[in-house]
Amino acid sequence: MGSFSILTLVTFIPLGGALLILLIDKENQGLIRGLALAATIADFIISLPLYLRFANTHNMQFVEKVAWLPQFGVSYYLGVDGISMPLILLTTLTTMICVISAWTAVEKRVKEFMITLLLLETGMIGVFCALDFFLFYVFWEMMLIPMFLMIGVWGGQRRIYAALKFFIYTMAGSVLMLVAILWMYFQHKAVKGFYTMDIQAYHGLLMDPSAQLLLFLAFFVAFAIKVPMFPFHTWLPDAHVEAPTAGSVILAGILLKMGTYGFLRFSLPIFPEATLNAVDWISWLALIGIVYGALVAMVQEDVKKLVAYSSVSHLGFVVLGIFALNVEAITGGMLQMLNHGVSTGALFLAVGVLYERRHTRLISEYGGVSSKMPVFAVIFMIVTLSSIGLPGLNGFVGEFLILMGTWKFNPLYAAIATSGVIWAAVYMLWMFQRVMFGKVTNPKNEKLKDLNWREVTYFAPFIVLIFVLGVYPTPVIKKMEPTIAHLVAQVKKEKGASVAPPVSRPRVAPPAGNPHGGAHVSPRSH
Amino acid sequence: MWGLEHIWWVPILPLIGATINGLVGHLLSKRAVGVVAVGSTGLSFLVALAAFGNILGLAPDQRVYESVLFTWIQAGSFTAEAALQVDPLSAVFLMVVTGVGFLIHVYSVGYMGHEAGYPRYFAYLNLFMFSMLLLILGANFLLMFIGWEGVGLCSYLLIGYYYEKQSASDAGKKAFVMNRIGDFGFLLAIMWIFWTFGSIDYTTVFPVAHDKLALGGLAVTGITLLLFLGATGKSAQIPLYTWLPDAMEGPTPVSALIHAATMVTAGVYMVARCNALFNLAPMTMMIVALIGATTAIFAATMGLYQFDIKRVLAYSTVSQLGYMFLACGVGAYVAAVFHVMTHAFFKACLFLGSGSVIHGMSGEQDMRQMGGLGKKMPMTHATFLISTLAIAGIPPLAGFFSKDEILLSAFLGHTPGHLLYWVLATIAAAVTAFYMFRLYFMTFTGELRAEDHHVRDHVHESPNVMTMPLVILAGLAVVGGFLGLPMIEGGHALKNFLDPVFAQPGHAAGGHDVSVGLELLLMGVSVGMGVLGILTARYYYSVKPEAAVELLNKGGMIKSIYTLMQNKYYVDEIYDALIVKPIVAVSDKGLWRFFDVKVVDGLVNFAATFFMGLGSMFRTAHTGLTRSYAYAMVFGGVFLAGFWLFLSSGK
Repeated sequence: MGSFSILTLVTFIPLGGALLILLIDKENQGLIRGLALAATIADFIISLPLYLRFANTHNMQFVEKVAWLPQFGVSYYLGVDGISMPLILLTTLTTMICVISAWTAVEKRVKEFMITLLLLETGMIGVFCALDFFLFYVFWEMMLIPMFLMIGVWGGQRRIYAALKFFIYTMAGSVLMLVAILWMYFQHKAVKGFYTMDIQAYHGLLMDPSAQLLLFLAFFVAFAIKVPMFPFHTWLPDAHVEAPTAGSVILAGILLKMGTYGFLRFSLPIFPEATLNAVDWISWLALIGIVYGALVAMVQEDVKKLVAYSSVSHLGFVVLGIFALNVEAITGGMLQMLNHGVSTGALFLAVGVLYERRHTRLISEYGGVSSKMPVFAVIFMIVTLSSIGLPGLNGFVGEFLILMGTWKFNPLYAAIATSGVIWAAVYMLWMFQRVMFGKVTNPKNEKLKDLNWREVTYFAPFIVLIFVLGVYPTPVIKKMEPTIAHLVAQVKKEKGASVAPPVSRPRVAPPAGNPHGGAHVSPRSH
Repeated sequence: MWGLEHIWWVPILPLIGATINGLVGHLLSKRAVGVVAVGSTGLSFLVALAAFGNILGLAPDQRVYESVLFTWIQAGSFTAEAALQVDPLSAVFLMVVTGVGFLIHVYSVGYMGHEAGYPRYFAYLNLFMFSMLLLILGANFLLMFIGWEGVGLCSYLLIGYYYEKQSASDAGKKAFVMNRIGDFGFLLAIMWIFWTFGSIDYTTVFPVAHDKLALGGLAVTGITLLLFLGATGKSAQIPLYTWLPDAMEGPTPVSALIHAATMVTAGVYMVARCNALFNLAPMTMMIVALIGATTAIFAATMGLYQFDIKRVLAYSTVSQLGYMFLACGVGAYVAAVFHVMTHAFFKACLFLGSGSVIHGMSGEQDMRQMGGLGKKMPMTHATFLISTLAIAGIPPLAGFFSKDEILLSAFLGHTPGHLLYWVLATIAAAVTAFYMFRLYFMTFTGELRAEDHHVRDHVHESPNVMTMPLVILAGLAVVGGFLGLPMIEGGHALKNFLDPVFAQPGHAAGGHDVSVGLELLLMGVSVGMGVLGILTARYYYSVKPEAAVELLNKGGMIKSIYTLMQNKYYVDEIYDALIVKPIVAVSDKGLWRFFDVKVVDGLVNFAATFFMGLGSMFRTAHTGLTRSYAYAMVFGGVFLAGFWLFLSSGK
């Protein structure tokens, strides 16, 4: 099989699986689960060459481009670079793990659940590899509905409230983004004389500074809600608490990265000047998120809420790194996106293990679990330490590079963010102590069973990644670095470019492979 | 060269041991677990010994060996290699860590013999060895930091070894968090160093420090203060010392290895390692000396009236670490390292001795229940007495030489306030002699005070596997100080060995210019203080115990001071009231329950209700309905957009 259609395959195999499941009788749950697992495994395996055969350059790779609605400049355009490729692998891996984790946890409407999960996977992968705004937006929305359903149908007590909150928040952001996309679409026609939805065609598009600021803000809000950044975060605790385990894992592991991915894919290269003007207040929001998320996480009584707020803190680090606008910090941010997917995904799996046994998420209901579940205790401890950023495990490398790069940008920001290492230890270890240590005081915990083989299986890949990414992250960094270096150059070099008045250009398609050709490059580099 | 070329095996062997015992230890017999743990550490010691021999065989200016394994992190301009470096400084620590570590592993086989979770204990202990060795062998700051946090983790795990006990898991968490406060400083220092030097490798940073940094400038002062913040956490100095006494919740061999002989001296290692930076920051040096001297006397007074045998030793450790930082602060790095070494010998011996006592007393740690153990535990008694004399600074035992060198350096130093520090440290020497002999007399002389007859009947000397390490350590506590001979001529064996590490550009590394008369006088003063402390302790705790009770019963000042010291000056309570409780309260009631729930979420709910006009629908919507709305909204949005596009394209 040639590589020409690999992205299409990776994107649509889950959808195919979903369609097949549609044909199966809903009573045949074994077959449904098996098919879902087969689809996700196949998808994961097929996604592996994306990493293995990825050339270490910043160019889009595995590109597929077919005209779709040529009169509107819409094409079926897929491709990956060093930013999207690792996230696609994270997605295929995480979804596979989710199917295994939901094996017994989901009892009602198994058929619908698996279809939803698979649709979600197609949506997520599509978002990461779409290089056409129209296609991107379709996938973006396609992702929203399954997640909404997952919370609303398979969620806990207050699932309706949580699902609607999630929906409204995200929808509000999406609408803003849609308006911005359309505005830019017409602006492109005005400047260059033709319509296009090609995302890269907008890199360096000359735009009026005030318009650029508005557009930047529209995208920013859409992504900030997804991240979620303070103060757009209050949907997250509710969504996590109500979502089933698999939903939480996907939500934390992948969906939150849509926001930070959006910053890297759209905000930075399309609005370099607005980005440079905005770095300070965005950094402050990120810093508030880091400290605020940690402090609020510390006092939670519900384990899932605690992990949810910890995500606000962790993602604050990622955003801080991205907007420090240097290679070290953005590399750290990218690594931290992967690391957060791994550790927080695993944390939610761990909480799911407890929930499946006791049907409560309250910390005070537990205590002394270590003595009853020693294998689980070891895994949970490793995951906790990874989340704390213990050197030698994955969390540290990303966090350190972010802080390192942030120091270069502004030492004060780095100092504030570094205090996060103290808070993380406080809230995670305190939680761990209350849940796992001590004597069993609650008789309901007396009969807790340790992990079974299936549960160990779904933790295993994450545990391996926790060690591998902590000890030898270099190969992964090498894949990402050219893209990041290119991005940083793009943002910094183009400072001042849009100050020049928009110039009408002849009606010619931009040369392929040089998406930002023709932009005025100011000699006043940063 | 066999040895240096295999330096990677020194940390890797214990790591292998930890992995085996951690993964399959529960399937192995206790004997096999012990063999794996002790064997891996023993082999590590042998390789280290060979490496040490190699280093000695090189010319003094050639004694730096580096070995790069792979590139750990490489991003942008930042590189961190996984690389080890052996030089005289790390070689000394290497011998202490592997040597004492090996003995304590042996001892643990006996001490932990009856414990459940035996493989878990040894897995942690081996993991500790790995981290500690990485810390002292790492060739750059980030590798030191992995070891630094790694030993912190093992300390956390081992303090909380008896995790079903609330006080143990509390103590573990406290240790980890307080260390993290220090690590916050360490991390920032690493960043500052990188953006100043463009590298974090020792061999790149230190040689050019003199040229790149202005003497006493902001950068070097900032970097060294942040580094020192890290050291105060790891080495339990003011203000971050309060975790160490609580750390005594861990098994006693752990207290000996981690919380006395090795891990807590990591801060001293770090300051000594960065001497090229500290020498450029006079203000930091003053603070280091001040904190060291203050901690030495402050912790000593807290140790005066404790009744838990291990707590006395814990405060003593904090106090002795203070001496080491005092030495660093006055620029006497050799004296600091010397004291690290001798302290490792006698303090490990004391802790293991106390472990032997606790073992013999069926787990009792309260000295009020002890007494007269000397007759029943002769080996423990003899080794303990030797080590107690050593820590009291009685010649010719090891502690005398190293402590005396520190006091002399403080007296002659150039750091502002050095005479005051000398006075504090000299008084602390008397206090140390007093509380250590109070411990000795209460434990080993007089009559056994235990009421429980099971305990009384059961008192016994420990098995050979435990007493042999005691004998070796006591032997080292006797002869360890001779490395400091001849000190009168300036420059002794250890000093000559370490000098290349501490030589300053422009300064000839040499001894103090001091007359023999003055040196003998100072020596007399410090020995005199030690003897004074011992005699006082003997009077109150052996000759006339009732005198102490009478003194306290009089009440007044003495009683108040006694209460204050016994309660550790209420520092824990003050931290709790001023820092912990307010942060939790503000986070809980202020940030979460008010700001997050009421303000932010309130606004969101309000906006949702207001703008979308769906207030009533929210409450009546059912699952099915909601789903239809959702579909309608999304597809509506997409179709509208498409329609708009279609219309606009026609223009």
